[in-house]
Amino acid sequence: MNVRRLSLRFVALGYLLVILLAPLGLMVWRTLAYHADAAWKAVSDPMTVHAFEVTLEATAIAVPLNTVFGILCGLAIVRRRFPGKGLVNAFIDLPLAISPVVVGLSFFLLFGRTGWFGPWLSSHGYQVLFALPAIVMVTVFVSVPFVAREVIPTLREIGDEQEQAAQTLGASGWQTFWRITLPSIRWAVVYGVVLTTARCLGEYGAVAVVSGNIEGRTQTATLRVQDYYENLSTGGIYGVSLMLAAIAVVTLILMSIVKPREERV
Amino acid sequence: MSLGFVATFISVVIALPIAALVWASVKHGGTSFWAAVSNPEAVSALKLSVMIAAIAAALNAVFGTVTAWVLVRDDFRGKSLVNAVIDLPFALPTIVAGLLLLTFYGPYSPVGVDFAFSRAGIVFALLFVTLPFVVRTVQPVLIELDREMEQAARSLGANEGTTFRRIVLPNILPGILSGVTMAFARAVGEIGSIVLIANRPFRTEMASVFILNHVAYNTSAAAAVSVVLLSISFGVLLLLGCVRRFTTRHERT
Amino acid sequence: MSISVKGLSKSFGDFKALDDVSMEVPTGSLTALLGPSGSGKSTLLRVIAGLETPDSGSVFIDEANVTGTRPQDRGVGFVFQHYAAFKHMTVYQNVAFGMKIRKRPRAEVRERVSQLLSLVQLDGLANRYPSQLSGGQRQRMGLARALAVDPAVLLLDEPFGALDAQVRTELRAWLRRLHDETHTTTVIVTHDQEEAMEVADEVVVMNRGRVEQVAGPRELYDRPANEFVMTFVGQANRVGDTFVRPHDLELLLEPNEHTREALIQRLVHLGFEVRVELVRDDGEPLSVQMTRDEAERLELAGGQIVYVEPTRATVFG
Repeated sequence: MNVRRLSLRFVALGYLLVILLAPLGLMVWRTLAYHADAAWKAVSDPMTVHAFEVTLEATAIAVPLNTVFGILCGLAIVRRRFPGKGLVNAFIDLPLAISPVVVGLSFFLLFGRTGWFGPWLSSHGYQVLFALPAIVMVTVFVSVPFVAREVIPTLREIGDEQEQAAQTLGASGWQTFWRITLPSIRWAVVYGVVLTTARCLGEYGAVAVVSGNIEGRTQTATLRVQDYYENLSTGGIYGVSLMLAAIAVVTLILMSIVKPREERV
Repeated sequence: MSLGFVATFISVVIALPIAALVWASVKHGGTSFWAAVSNPEAVSALKLSVMIAAIAAALNAVFGTVTAWVLVRDDFRGKSLVNAVIDLPFALPTIVAGLLLLTFYGPYSPVGVDFAFSRAGIVFALLFVTLPFVVRTVQPVLIELDREMEQAARSLGANEGTTFRRIVLPNILPGILSGVTMAFARAVGEIGSIVLIANRPFRTEMASVFILNHVAYNTSAAAAVSVVLLSISFGVLLLLGCVRRFTTRHERT
Repeated sequence: MSISVKGLSKSFGDFKALDDVSMEVPTGSLTALLGPSGSGKSTLLRVIAGLETPDSGSVFIDEANVTGTRPQDRGVGFVFQHYAAFKHMTVYQNVAFGMKIRKRPRAEVRERVSQLLSLVQLDGLANRYPSQLSGGQRQRMGLARALAVDPAVLLLDEPFGALDAQVRTELRAWLRRLHDETHTTTVIVTHDQEEAMEVADEVVVMNRGRVEQVAGPRELYDRPANEFVMTFVGQANRVGDTFVRPHDLELLLEPNEHTREALIQRLVHLGFEVRVELVRDDGEPLSVQMTRDEAERLELAGGQIVYVEPTRATVFG
């Protein structure tokens, strides 16, 4: 066996072990071996359950919204010519380059007491900051890119010949979209949805700024686990972390199932 | 039509908050902006963020390339599992990542180390969250790489090292640079994985933590530092665009 | 269903793809649009189909002006060079697509599809996916799909361009037979002059966005309208202003007052025919084509000096 090949393999696997796998493995081990009861208690605590509900609510709104947006945007960018197309293309990637706390701060500035929309909204009885609307909005913002970024290269690679064929066979614009375009990008969309969902579930920084972190009201799952940390509650730390990690592993499995289908086109 | 909806949605969702941010940071004038930004704690936080993000990005450039190489060129039992695991940092909430690293490298470490609360600990956290970037940008480039180029070099007498340096590396360099830049842009603003450990001003406080701590009681300072952080990210991404155009010039007819 | 285009012009940026093109396709004919790449033939076809809009001019299908009509309303069947198969649908679903759009009853669809699959010799493959078919099979599916909705005209855009030489020859013959059976007005775009000559009733030769000549294959070859057509359709020797076909040059062993001296450089044996490559005494290269028997009779060999006499030459005014 080639020494070089073996040593490269050793370096790569060793790196992954040290950075990724050992910490994950340790956490799973400790939770199940030493803190199982406390972890369970923390996870079934009504405040924790509520925190997950808040996270899921925000995700349930952000994912469909960004899926529709991603598909439309992808179609517009790849199949149409319009002024400002380059700008739109760059804007889609923007949330990836902005720190989540900066996102949170921006929304804080928009909807805070001295913000652009804050005074108008509060005088009409709408609360945005430190309530669900703000959480939903920042979650939508940070997860904007994912579906679009999967759909765009796929659309480019497929080309529009199938759509032209459908037109010559009599299909209207809507029929073509529904029967030909959408099915041809379905795996890209699914993959994008998986990534979007994972991003929404794991959002921390922006939500930390705008949610107010009110236990039982505006605390999300990620804020909950931080709360347990700050209260030195090992059961809570391990329990909620394990749950979130389990969700992440399910995400990984879905990703690895869908990815080859996406690449097959 | 659908295009109008798209354009409106984008501007509302994306442009507006950023506009509000820029406005808030400059509305009290340039001197106030400058004062907020040149406050020593802010400067230290920004410098630290840039430095540590750069170190993490550079380390991942090397390790990420090696990992991508092994995933593409090597074969062993469980390789597809390893390939799937690379995406863990994308799937896992960052705050959980921070807790994982704290558990393994902090005060209760099973291997007897305790550097989680130091700058090294922050580097590790950033290595975790940016690990997929270089790997995933280099992998497709390596797969696409025409093996015949390497074979031609070998037939002309080049050994493995030379072939790598003069044939493979120049061709995968755009991929590496792409990944490194995205890793840096991500790392410089990273919050979830470091919020629990990067909290000593002047020692380990990163810009993102500074912003988080100052949002409520000194919003304009937070806004000012945010604008600087944004400019750094955008600047780096813009640079990437230019460098890419330069390094792939031989591929354009 | 005849096709008629008048004064069509189309530019892509600075590039003029069609330059005031007018032509007719008679009902029931099989017409080829022949030309090199960039000649505008594909653009013309796509304008007829409605997949491109012309900058000026009009398109008539069966006497009706369809210039502003969408492709879905023109009743054209279109076959693409790279098949444009609906990858996520089976062969059956692909062929049935047009009828499903028109909400035809299921029994009717089933019957028509199986009829067509028989016609294109794809019976038994109805439940396969395009990725499981060969290139030739995919293209036949494409044809069946286009025919399924009884198009007024059938348009084929270099339909055999992506296929192996052998498959191409087979499908060419097959297309001709199909046309003879169905008599659908058909237009086929090709850059292969042999294909055009073999398949079409009439050939429209195009170059740089313009129509150079419209004629049947024989007339095109025997009476080309200009230099371009002469050199594009069939081989031609060019000496100054004069063009001579390779088989219109006679090789003699003795000179006479009409001959020129030439040196045989190479004999290329193409099965039944032999191509003789020569250089004339003034350095001009010539190519002569003759049967094997003729070559043997003359006992030709490389390095030999012979005498060349044109039996028929063309000069363009």
